[in-house]
Amino acid sequence: MIEPEIKIGPEEAVAEDTHVDAGEFVRGTSLWRDAWRRLLKNKLAVFGLLVVVLVTIASIIGPLLIKKIFGFTPDYIPTENQQLVRSFPPFTGPNGEFSWTHPMGTDNAGRDQFARVLQGGQISLFVGIIATLVSLVIGVSYGAVAGYLGGRIDNLMMRIVDVLYSLPYIIVVIVLLAMFRSQTPRGQLTLLFIALGSVSWLTMARIVRGQVLSLKNQEFVMAARATGVSTTRIIFRHLVPNTLGPVIVYATLTIPQIMLTEAFLSFLGLGVQAPLASWGSLAADGVQNIAIFPWQLIFPGVTMALTLFSLNFLGDGLRDALDPQMRTT
Amino acid sequence: MSLLEVKNLRTYFNTDDGLVKAVDGISFQLERGETLGIVGESGSGKSVTNLSIIRLIPEPPGRIAGGEVLFNGEDILSLPAEAVRKIRGRRIAMIFQDPMTSLNPFMKISKQLMEMTELHLGHTKAQAYEHAIRMLETVGIPDARARANSYPHEFSGGMRQRVMIAMALSCEPELLIADEPTTALDVTIQAQILELIKTLKQKTGTSVILITHDLGVVAGMTDHVIVMYAGKIFEQARTKELFASPGNPYTKGLLRSVPDPTAEQGKLYQIPGLPPDVAHLKPGCPFADRCERAEEICRREFPPFVELTPDHHSLCHFANEVYVESVNAKRA
Repeated sequence: MIEPEIKIGPEEAVAEDTHVDAGEFVRGTSLWRDAWRRLLKNKLAVFGLLVVVLVTIASIIGPLLIKKIFGFTPDYIPTENQQLVRSFPPFTGPNGEFSWTHPMGTDNAGRDQFARVLQGGQISLFVGIIATLVSLVIGVSYGAVAGYLGGRIDNLMMRIVDVLYSLPYIIVVIVLLAMFRSQTPRGQLTLLFIALGSVSWLTMARIVRGQVLSLKNQEFVMAARATGVSTTRIIFRHLVPNTLGPVIVYATLTIPQIMLTEAFLSFLGLGVQAPLASWGSLAADGVQNIAIFPWQLIFPGVTMALTLFSLNFLGDGLRDALDPQMRTT
Repeated sequence: MSLLEVKNLRTYFNTDDGLVKAVDGISFQLERGETLGIVGESGSGKSVTNLSIIRLIPEPPGRIAGGEVLFNGEDILSLPAEAVRKIRGRRIAMIFQDPMTSLNPFMKISKQLMEMTELHLGHTKAQAYEHAIRMLETVGIPDARARANSYPHEFSGGMRQRVMIAMALSCEPELLIADEPTTALDVTIQAQILELIKTLKQKTGTSVILITHDLGVVAGMTDHVIVMYAGKIFEQARTKELFASPGNPYTKGLLRSVPDPTAEQGKLYQIPGLPPDVAHLKPGCPFADRCERAEEICRREFPPFVELTPDHHSLCHFANEVYVESVNAKRA
């Protein structure tokens, strides 16, 4: 045991950084905290962050609140109202009077559009986040392992990615969904998750591999190896945290991309099906009646566009915050 | 039994340019508690030698083509990878050249220190943390308890090198390999770091291999010196002996290249030419083209490894002559 008394003179030790006041400079400021500060300075990114948080919270608790206040669920179809036209304009009651009940109007079946948009947000965000998480877990591990091991293994693993990449992935998703077409809306939703998740990790794997390739030759990796740390631990404890900057940025930009794909598939009728709703399926319903009931398309469309904008702003802001050298200004 | 015995170690790299014999048949011994200096120009094979000892040569393109590395009589080169991993850090530790890049920027200092003892000594988190703080105090980090939770970028170069030393010594290794530990530091910090290594070495009895191209450092720190050139050992002697009476023209050149602070201002001596391309060595002595003494035989035949005294060897056709010259020059 090395005893602590083998101390070299304190004056010697302090000499090299007398400029640092030891008492004050002790709390660790991590790189994350710096990045967070930089992010808060970016107005667009803060706006994006706020909108995303707001939309998320509204999607989660909105439908419950509506149930509490007005007493109907998003998939509630009124039976007492047998009029021919059941799609009310925004803020309009059954008899054309002003009403707070349906701030976004209703759809063809008389379901409340506001509640449907909120519920659609739940599913759209959920699809985006889950598929992105899948891409994170698979993509990051796959890319990190390929990059670190290098050589033939890397070659093989990345050629597999190339092959998957070269398949037109929208078609793959469509084929998957068509082949295993499920009868229940929930089954369909699960299929959608699997289909989107399985193709979303490819770019992530490439990004992480590239990062690891440049990191693995740095001395700290050699130092870790020289201390006897195992390969698995080097990859996941030393290398992966160092790639997190680009990974987070790319993940934030993947969410809107996946949401858009989901909307596209739902629009084609391959994704989410009624009575469940997503922004894409709502827009698909609305587009059929665009000439008569424009609010059926406008509200889900605008909500989705706003959310996607915000996510992209947030992603850009994160990129600037996490990689200050990249900043263009 | 010596702590470390390297026998005819050869490490080759396959490159686009052909086979590079970075280390080509070197042998040396290191006794317990002793310090060995390895000097040479960039690319002479110093670092590769030491990476080979703990099997950290990147393979491919590198490969250890032959030889033995006996550590306590056990050949490291023939051990399974898992067993080598248990030796690294635990029994043979390493300090690297650039403290700015050899700590993980995303891990707290304490975490990086704790990893060592958790891994090798089976410490619990709490034990490892206390041990980490004790080590930081040992290497002279002021206010260690508070600073343990900093990130590497909050430390200066000298402090980071202290952390590296703390890390290397935290499992009390039998051998410490310091690969140019002071090259990236300024002169005053260099002296502190070297003094620290020296003190800790005396207290713990660790053997040290010190790689450097600073002859002053070698003179003050080591018991034995190896001079490497083009992957070969050119001269091997006790430190005092080597400085007093070098037996190799290359060593003489190196010694003459050291700036003398007492000398009048004037031209500094430099060895003419550049180190040879190790991928395309000509037959004969690899130093022949730069050597003041070179004769026809030097370009034709590879020089012999001459024993000048039992403790002093030199790779040169004229080793004896050069040695006698330097001994006489000292007397005069």
